[in-house]
Amino acid sequence: MSNPLLYDYLPILIFLAIAVVISGGAIFGSYLVARQNPDSEKLSPYECGFEPFSDSRTKFDVRFYLVSILFILFDLEVAFLFPWAISLKDIGMFGFWSMMIFLGILTIGFIYEWKKGALEWE
Amino acid sequence: MASFWTFVWPLIVIVAAIVAIIIPVLIGVAYLTYAERKVMSAMQRRQGPALVGPLGLLQPVADGLKLFGKEMVIPSGANPGVFLFAPFLTFVLSLVAWAVMPFGAHLVLSNINVGILYLYAISSLGVYGTIMAGWASNSRYAFLGGLRSAAQMVSYEVSMGLIMVTVLLCTGSFNLSEIVLAQQTVWFAVPLFPMFVIFFISILAETNRAPFDLPEGEAELVGGFFTEYSCMNFALFMLGEYSNMILMSAIAVVLFLGGWLPPLNFGPFAPIVNLVPGPIWFALKIAFVLFFFIWMRAAFPRYRYDQLMRLGWKIFLPFTLLWVIVTASALEIFGWLPAVVP
Repeated sequence: MSNPLLYDYLPILIFLAIAVVISGGAIFGSYLVARQNPDSEKLSPYECGFEPFSDSRTKFDVRFYLVSILFILFDLEVAFLFPWAISLKDIGMFGFWSMMIFLGILTIGFIYEWKKGALEWE
Repeated sequence: MASFWTFVWPLIVIVAAIVAIIIPVLIGVAYLTYAERKVMSAMQRRQGPALVGPLGLLQPVADGLKLFGKEMVIPSGANPGVFLFAPFLTFVLSLVAWAVMPFGAHLVLSNINVGILYLYAISSLGVYGTIMAGWASNSRYAFLGGLRSAAQMVSYEVSMGLIMVTVLLCTGSFNLSEIVLAQQTVWFAVPLFPMFVIFFISILAETNRAPFDLPEGEAELVGGFFTEYSCMNFALFMLGEYSNMILMSAIAVVLFLGGWLPPLNFGPFAPIVNLVPGPIWFALKIAFVLFFFIWMRAAFPRYRYDQLMRLGWKIFLPFTLLWVIVTASALEIFGWLPAVVP
């Protein structure tokens, strides 16, 4: 191993391989051991005893979409905060106030969407 | 030949270490299901599992074997590939995160310098298993359950991230061992107590546990995103969920409860508590947090969905953001910032 940084990640790769083997082995082993006896009623989607009325992948509430957009915004913010947090001593007051201005702008956006009712679920 | 062994021997050691991590985790998962049933039954004044083996101790084994021998039902309208991949992914992710966990001083499989980012990334990926299961099942209940569950998990992840930032401000390192060692004088649960409480509530929501177990709200959504699952696929979802609970408790212990460090480590107590090795303290603290998981489930009724979203976005997010600013300002003003570890 020439690169010591990558050497640290080798155990994770092996761990991933072992986890894949265990997980895949559990599914495949169960498939081999159990008796498979499918029929059309058994394979129909569960809908409280009714035949399914239509395809289940229908329209859904737009608020789920809104939440995911908001999540991307704030998760990016957190991604910026991570390196800022551990290097705060190095970057000093300048770094501190830069992040405060950035957070201030984000907070204005957050207040706007709050007032617009993007966070309301009745 | 010598060069062959110098290359293979480290690999054998790594594989042995991985097996030594995975097996206790899986046993822990099995007995967490047992502990949950026993503790809940004690709180509700009934006996719980008592018939299989002494005190019902073989119940998890019996459950596992039963699910292993069940028929694999793949609904006719489902996408088989994604349908099978979802539980597989959930379970693999819940195991892989353990690779960076520090079980004791220098007792860590992969001591990477961005450990906390790795954990955050792996726990973020968990949402894919949920949403794939909900989509691939082609059932109304599974679809709605998957959507709800995904929205819930991402909502609480933001405040979890902000809480991690607060802790990082106090440690100055992404490395999990460094984070634990930064707590030698005082555990972060003391100065950052509100953050610890919010973190605990967030991990309840993140693992879809009561009182936030809306995806499995039986009265409205049957089984949520795993309505259509049976046999080992269902078992992998369950194992993944419980393994995630243990993992999240371990993260809480590392961030706030001093990891493997013994409690009462001062004065006359120090020689006594140091008799117990670090990994034991680590496991005891995880068990302590897990007990709270179960206690919550027995004590609180389920939240409504709008209450859940309100708590996540309107209370936790502003509060944690404010606390990040307060912590950063306090450390900056008093000059308590930790030196950067190169």
